[in-house]
Amino acid sequence: MIRKVVKDAKEAIVGIENAMTCMFGGFGLSGIPENSIQAIRDNGVKNLTCISNNAGVDDFGLGLLLQTRQIKKMISSYVGENDLFEKLMLSGELEVELVPQGTLAERCRAAGAGIPAFFTPAGYGTEVAEGKEVRWFNGKPHILENAFEADFAFVKAWKGDEAGNLIFKGTARNFNPLMAMAGKITVAEVEELLPAGSLDPNQIHTPGIFVQRIFEGVNYEKRIENRTVRPKA
Amino acid sequence: MALDKTGIARRIAQEMKDGFYVNLGIGIPTLVANYIPEGISIEFQSENGILGMGPFPIEGTEDPDLINAGKQTITALPGAAFFDSAMSFGMIRGQHVHMTVLGAMEVAQNGDIANWKIPGKMVKGMGGAMDLVASADNIIVAMMHTNRAGESKLLTKCTLPITGVSCVRKVVTDLAVLDITPQGFELREVAPGISVEDVRNATEGKLIVGDNVREMEI
Repeated sequence: MIRKVVKDAKEAIVGIENAMTCMFGGFGLSGIPENSIQAIRDNGVKNLTCISNNAGVDDFGLGLLLQTRQIKKMISSYVGENDLFEKLMLSGELEVELVPQGTLAERCRAAGAGIPAFFTPAGYGTEVAEGKEVRWFNGKPHILENAFEADFAFVKAWKGDEAGNLIFKGTARNFNPLMAMAGKITVAEVEELLPAGSLDPNQIHTPGIFVQRIFEGVNYEKRIENRTVRPKA
Repeated sequence: MALDKTGIARRIAQEMKDGFYVNLGIGIPTLVANYIPEGISIEFQSENGILGMGPFPIEGTEDPDLINAGKQTITALPGAAFFDSAMSFGMIRGQHVHMTVLGAMEVAQNGDIANWKIPGKMVKGMGGAMDLVASADNIIVAMMHTNRAGESKLLTKCTLPITGVSCVRKVVTDLAVLDITPQGFELREVAPGISVEDVRNATEGKLIVGDNVREMEI
């Protein structure tokens, strides 16, 4: 079996350098690679381009790397939960590329699937389409979008095995499987790391071929961004 | 009297048909789920990766791995499914989702919608809105007829950066139900106690009033 297991997040991020492009799985704070983000903060690497659906909140998730000014550019679909982000963007300290969410997902998937570009109807006629090729298919306009390139992809799964196979839980799956496909080096952190053979091959969401390094994360906070409940009867 | 947000949600719920898969946006659209008519089966899709979304969890059972696109904790109903974001938007762009309800800052008489950006003021991003409006056949906008300054949100042409071109089918506001037609906003229904004249005064875009405008039943 190909050796993929590393000790911890610090070992998992070895090779990360200034000005690299990194993907981060997660939707809001759900399914984010908490351990890897903290290790990148502690490493101090700078001028990163980060591809992530959201940018965390002020003091958690990618918000940690905004606090330390390690991010040069964010590529996201929605960044509305983060005051520091807005401040850095308006002051010009942070470059921002806003991408429709489905296009963001597909640009990750395409990157991992050997598709250099694709046409999508999303964004036609809007600011997003500026400078992009337009083609008509079946009587409808579409714009050309390119696959991403990423030096590292950091993803978070519920369970993983030593072969790098991953299983996600609930809506914490989101962008994680797509980014896992896209990274030149994909780092998976999991809540539970099991010996090969422990996971049912029928139930694998991300096959191990997409994962280069895997480790069992520690101290998951799994913060809830917007707690909504019904009262007990 | 003009409807409140709940009233708008109740009226939109009447548009649901048995067997629909529906995506509800954040804000008033989320409330629609509370008013689905008896005897109709609907499945709700949330673009972060769930079909079969249920109500908010009972206090103490909330799960950080189970949220909707508004990052609210939710539940999964029997028969629910989870999937990744590319598959989710495959459902949306591939027109497998039958109805999309979303809020808007402006709607134009040709069906253009603006709901993602106020230059210099609000730059939060479009999230999934551009993918949703680019593909769905059946887009209903839920919004107040005028903004806080009392200005019409139903316009000849959007003034804000648009989210999608000629995509809205129907608008339900606190004052009226209007269809987008090649001729403009066609008035179908008025809220109880609201006159056609009230709607006309609150609509900057071209309003078409036929003979069979009726009062909403909610």
